[in-house]
Amino acid sequence: MTGMTLISMGEWLAAALLLVAAAFLLVGAIGLIRLPDFYMRLHGPTKASTLGIGSVLLASMILSATHGRAGFAELLITLFVFLTAPVSANMMAQAALHLRLPGRAMPPEDAVPERRKNSKPSDV
Amino acid sequence: MSTVALGMALNIAIVAVSLALLPCGWRLIFGPHSVDRVLAIDTLYINAVALIVLLGIRLGTPMLFEAALLVAMLGFASTVAMARYLTRGDVIE
Repeated sequence: MTGMTLISMGEWLAAALLLVAAAFLLVGAIGLIRLPDFYMRLHGPTKASTLGIGSVLLASMILSATHGRAGFAELLITLFVFLTAPVSANMMAQAALHLRLPGRAMPPEDAVPERRKNSKPSDV
Repeated sequence: MSTVALGMALNIAIVAVSLALLPCGWRLIFGPHSVDRVLAIDTLYINAVALIVLLGIRLGTPMLFEAALLVAMLGFASTVAMARYLTRGDVIE
């Protein structure tokens, strides 16, 4: 046993993070195809993909740190994805509520503004 | 030893993320509603960013990370534009 150097420890950590990220991204995509209605499908990919891409970028940052290079681009991508994924999920949920998509559990009546109540479910 | 494990993990991750692109494509083509297709595009660009970063690690070129940043920004802009269009009827009022 020669003991672990810092570089090999970083590589082990990055390999574990890459496996976690692959599992999360795959599960998110399977959720996109398997879940029954849109409001459920919105949950799978947005959360799982955020965690998956966070793990990929963390692994990349650790690897570039072991090579003596600071990963500024990875940090920027992480910040950007973590900021924008909830925003885009919220906007897609607003669009689905506006189009009154059928769901297994319908939203409560006061969640839909008054002027949209009489409109029929559209078929865009 | 750790380098071999890292290479194996990289290969497994690249295969898994490439497989994750297939359900998104299925949902993009056969999605019953247009919002499903927007969600499929959203997941597709997130997976594409992950795949570009993995390829950047694999090839050892930091140049690909800027491409991933560009894909992330344009994907967010397109998702927001499509969701706004489906909600309001136009993108910029």
